[in-house]
Amino acid sequence: MIDRLANGFDPFVIPFMVGMIFVLTYCGIGFLVILFQLSREDRKRFLLSLVNPVTAWKNIKDIFLNCLIHVKLWKRNRMLGFMHSSIAFGWFMIIVLGHLEVWLFVPERIRLLYYPIFFNFFVAETETTLQGAVFFFLMDFFLLLILVGIGLAMIKRIRSRFFGMRRTTRASLLDTIGLYSLWAIFPLRLLCESFTAHISGGSFLTVPMNHFFRWFFGNELNYLPTWWAYSIALGIFMLVLPFTRYMHIPAEMLLIPMRNAGLKVRHPRRGFARIQVLSCPGCGVCIDACPMSVRKENLKDCTVYLNRQIRHHNERRITEISEKCLMCGKCSEVCQVGVDGPLMRLKQRELKKYSINQHYRNIRPDSFPVEGTGKVLYFAGCMTHLTPSIRKATMSLLSKAGIEARMMDPDGGLCCGRPMLLAGRQEQARELIRLNTAIIRSSGCDTLLLTCPICYRIFKENYKLDGIRVVHHSVYFNELIQSGLLKVSKDESRTLVYHDPCELGRGCGIYEEPREALLAAGNLVEAHQNHAESICCGGSLGSLSLNYEKRREITLNAFENLTAEQPDAVVTACPLCLNTFSHYADRPVEDLAVVLDKASES
Amino acid sequence: MDFGFTLSPSSAIELDTLDSALYRKLCRIEPGARTCIGCGSCSATCTAAEYSGMSVRKLLLGLQRGKKAEVERMLSNCMLCGKCTMVCPRGINTRRVILTVCRLYDNVEGTL
Repeated sequence: MIDRLANGFDPFVIPFMVGMIFVLTYCGIGFLVILFQLSREDRKRFLLSLVNPVTAWKNIKDIFLNCLIHVKLWKRNRMLGFMHSSIAFGWFMIIVLGHLEVWLFVPERIRLLYYPIFFNFFVAETETTLQGAVFFFLMDFFLLLILVGIGLAMIKRIRSRFFGMRRTTRASLLDTIGLYSLWAIFPLRLLCESFTAHISGGSFLTVPMNHFFRWFFGNELNYLPTWWAYSIALGIFMLVLPFTRYMHIPAEMLLIPMRNAGLKVRHPRRGFARIQVLSCPGCGVCIDACPMSVRKENLKDCTVYLNRQIRHHNERRITEISEKCLMCGKCSEVCQVGVDGPLMRLKQRELKKYSINQHYRNIRPDSFPVEGTGKVLYFAGCMTHLTPSIRKATMSLLSKAGIEARMMDPDGGLCCGRPMLLAGRQEQARELIRLNTAIIRSSGCDTLLLTCPICYRIFKENYKLDGIRVVHHSVYFNELIQSGLLKVSKDESRTLVYHDPCELGRGCGIYEEPREALLAAGNLVEAHQNHAESICCGGSLGSLSLNYEKRREITLNAFENLTAEQPDAVVTACPLCLNTFSHYADRPVEDLAVVLDKASES
Repeated sequence: MDFGFTLSPSSAIELDTLDSALYRKLCRIEPGARTCIGCGSCSATCTAAEYSGMSVRKLLLGLQRGKKAEVERMLSNCMLCGKCTMVCPRGINTRRVILTVCRLYDNVEGTL
């Protein structure tokens, strides 16, 4: 393999070089800006994590598995996974092999950025380079892999259902330009390498095409324009890259180390949030996941569009999307790059200024004396007070199991603070947390039992109750059943389906305990989408602006999903889900405690 | 001297000087506010009622009658728990009503 051109340059590389230098400069400056936007503590943490061998290895592994192989996409849908990994991994390998070729055969050119990309134009094959044959084969192989991927991508544009996606994002103009230039790059590369295959060598793909073209055209006038076209396609792609969704390619490589360093969104636009927004590839998996998507009107309210509006600085829409969201967390559960949509919205809500700021200074914790001596303290919470069947069943189950329990709020207590937290009003939430903590501490309990997952989550995440076990009733009753303290008889003729409440499932990772408990009382079937992919009931307190009528379709869709197997009753472990479903249900909807109470012996 | 009763302050509404701009603005943002039938379900369930006399029904009436001080006092203890939304027979998004009033209270012309 030898250099064909003495100066190693041809003007056709200019478009590529312009694009390349632009992208590198943009990303370099962008990286510094983001680093600067991080808080001092976060910045230190991030930089230190880069030199820590454990996190460094994790970074490399995660980048390889997520950015190149797209493991998560494979798990979601094989076709989708194959399509993305063939393009990403194939392209990566072509770049790596290109550099290897330059390094092995013409090492003096390694400093030229364009040489590995346009290698086949600049070299001529000699008889002595048999090793080159391996490269020729690999280059053709990976090019074929990419072309198959591009073919699948084209099919996906027309029939996304083949890839397990009902809906995909609508591309913006720049995204379309980026997409078409990306699609053009690889067929053009195939043409280029085919035209020059008799000079620089080729393999199973390029050599036959070279023979065909030479026979067909009978001259070599075509190869320079094709290399120009290839370079221009690359140039256009890289020039539009920072302004399109393809920015996720460089951004994700920064997002992964930042996440591994333990960074969190602190501001909805700056620092870590910025890199999250840029990392969103706009794949649209979150559109199908979003419970609001059953309404055509809300199709553009999911995380992928939030990210796009943040990039477009559309303040009106950013606020609207942030306040509408049910905060069920399904989008971040299915997200391939791990964009935390709900947290971004929460931080956005925190920016809002209010003229009336609630305070609870006039409420004294000692006005809620907890009577009795039982070590188990039961906090019903606002929602359970409105669904008294749950409260009664819980107290009945506790007495059946012989557990001495006390109620923290027999006549109605204070709110746990989660609704305030979800509205982005941290200060008010903190004040409620402080009050409730004082009440709990003064009671001298060692277990705090909760029947509402909304309360459970904030007690778990934001309260500092060291020494006190915070437990949801589904977990607690399951333990009582398994240990034999609670005797439950199974009704074999009754089939139940369990609805995973968002706050309990995705929020706190409790999926199996409620199911185990229910198995003691009846036969269990699964909803069509269950566990981490369960659908929000639509009643969520997370949404600040969605109206009752607008939630109707969401609830109906979630209910339809639950009753796919035609169970006799729907069981949930959240008073709010129970209430929401009850409005439209065609069969009994019960709380787990009620089901267990009916099935247990006294 | 204690007669065992007092005179209530006048609750007359001065229609000429009444300022209901906040109510009108609220109804533009959350049209559901107009559909309140005053049933009082929200008042009966409210967690904060005990402390600040909070009630969405009264809040809406207060806004219509321009009683800003009363509105502010009522709202001061709201915990946004959403029980009023859950029980409202008209399906009014009461939490949005509350948040909107809190946001626009001193700034009726302000954008949402």
